[in-house]
Amino acid sequence: MSKRIDVKDLNVYYGDFLAVEDVNINIEAKSVTAFIGPSGCGKSTFLRTLNRMHEVLPGARVEGEVLLDGDNLYGHGVDPVSVRAQIGMVFQRPNPFPTMSIRDNVLAGVKLNNKKITKGAADALVEKSLLGANLWNEVKDRLDKPGSGLSGGQQQRLCIARAIAVEPQVILMDEPCSALDPISTLAIEDLINELKDQFTVVIVTHNMQQAARVSDKTAFFNIAGTGKPGKLIEFGDTHSIFSNPSQKATEDYVSGRFG
Amino acid sequence: MTNTPLTTQGAGRTGDKVFSGAALAAGCLILAVLFGVALFLVVQALPALVAPPDKIQGGHGFFAYIGPIVVGTLIAAVIALVIATPIAIGVALFISHFAPRRLASGLGYVVDLLAAIPSVVYGAWGAAFLAKEIAPAYEWMASNLGWLPIFQGPASATGKTILTAGIVLSVMVLPIITSISREIFLQTPKLHEEAALALGATRWEMIRMAVFPFARPGVISAVMLGLGRALGETMAVALVLSSGALTASLIQSGNQTIAAEIALNFPEASGLKVNTLIAAGLVLFVITLGVNMVARWIITKHKEFSGAN
Repeated sequence: MSKRIDVKDLNVYYGDFLAVEDVNINIEAKSVTAFIGPSGCGKSTFLRTLNRMHEVLPGARVEGEVLLDGDNLYGHGVDPVSVRAQIGMVFQRPNPFPTMSIRDNVLAGVKLNNKKITKGAADALVEKSLLGANLWNEVKDRLDKPGSGLSGGQQQRLCIARAIAVEPQVILMDEPCSALDPISTLAIEDLINELKDQFTVVIVTHNMQQAARVSDKTAFFNIAGTGKPGKLIEFGDTHSIFSNPSQKATEDYVSGRFG
Repeated sequence: MTNTPLTTQGAGRTGDKVFSGAALAAGCLILAVLFGVALFLVVQALPALVAPPDKIQGGHGFFAYIGPIVVGTLIAAVIALVIATPIAIGVALFISHFAPRRLASGLGYVVDLLAAIPSVVYGAWGAAFLAKEIAPAYEWMASNLGWLPIFQGPASATGKTILTAGIVLSVMVLPIITSISREIFLQTPKLHEEAALALGATRWEMIRMAVFPFARPGVISAVMLGLGRALGETMAVALVLSSGALTASLIQSGNQTIAAEIALNFPEASGLKVNTLIAAGLVLFVITLGVNMVARWIITKHKEFSGAN
């Protein structure tokens, strides 16, 4: 239940503006890959091209290929809706549906694909997903309460439960801890370590320690200047990116000299 | 380090006081006006309410007089809302989520223009054009759907029926409901729209998961504002409707609304008749108040799940 992603010669545009240039990257199945880099370097933009969320913005488009186990996500006749059902996403700010209960939030994606799920199957899935997101013990007595009543960290784990409930191949996380306190962050990081047993995880983070703690591989993105496109500078094992980078820019960034 | 004594009041404090005073005065003025209107209505209506039944128009007392008109008012307003609400929500959604940006702003502008047309123009259009054009449709309804009490024949040959009035009203309330709904739809947090899309929702599913739940209280308010206009609309109904006694059929002439009844009779009224008409106005006031309170109750009932927390 997890697939690899191979990106070939990907250019990402907002209208005529080239935001990310010429990315080639191979993301292994059942691994955690971290994208790091200074603000505005295009790492979030690039992440959003991996499940075709990028094109939700008017004028946004891409050139190149993103292969999910060999199938091009941008191939002719590929439905972005089915792409997103296979590649889930967790956002920077926790965004449970405010009008839905905790239970309905977890089931939100499932009900899109499978309208007639029995109550027993739904209950089992809710428990399994919340257990998978390390949230079950905290919310099992209030599944019918609104998801927006939880703390920020709990809301983010609810969003992860919602994402894994549809059993995607890949989970993308766009700075999932940036709005959370250190304890909630730790809970999410522990969870990411468990998720990689089942899913391919790609995470964008501003926090280099976090990248070092959670990821197997790290990609460093950088930007030459304002108005210039972001580029993938270096991609390799997390350990070697942080201890022995091959590029000068990577070394400067991970040692805290800029960004 | 500046050494400002803590007791000194800054220059900005005067502005604060003036502003809070002005805001308080404005708030009190609204209450005073509302209270004044209510008081006027009650005092002026009282003679009609306590008068002996045979002195009131119709000869059976005030409530026998007002009852059919209240029902007529509600029928016209309900017809208007039943027609206008789905269209308004559809147009608002099209503008906010489906139309290309350039078309959307143009269309929004045109819808707002509909609100700028004076109601007497709508009335003239309804009476001179729509009623005539729609009369054959009423004939068809009478012969094919006549078994339903609301479409019972014989259909009005002039088309000047409560259904025509309701259709004209629906065009008039459409812009209010549309513009408010559109504004609310546009305010849906991107966060929640993206959450739905990232789960593999189609655009319509995204709208059902993220946009409608968020917009629900706002759309209810929009519909209630539309209802307020439909209940109180005078000129259009007065011109379009060939009024008469209360009748269940929507395609015969008959029925009357409070606002049109007041407008048509007030110029020639005198004595107790004036009090009767003002009492009718009081009833309309109470109905509108009740509608608004129900709307607020619906909105607050779901506050826990509204996203405000």
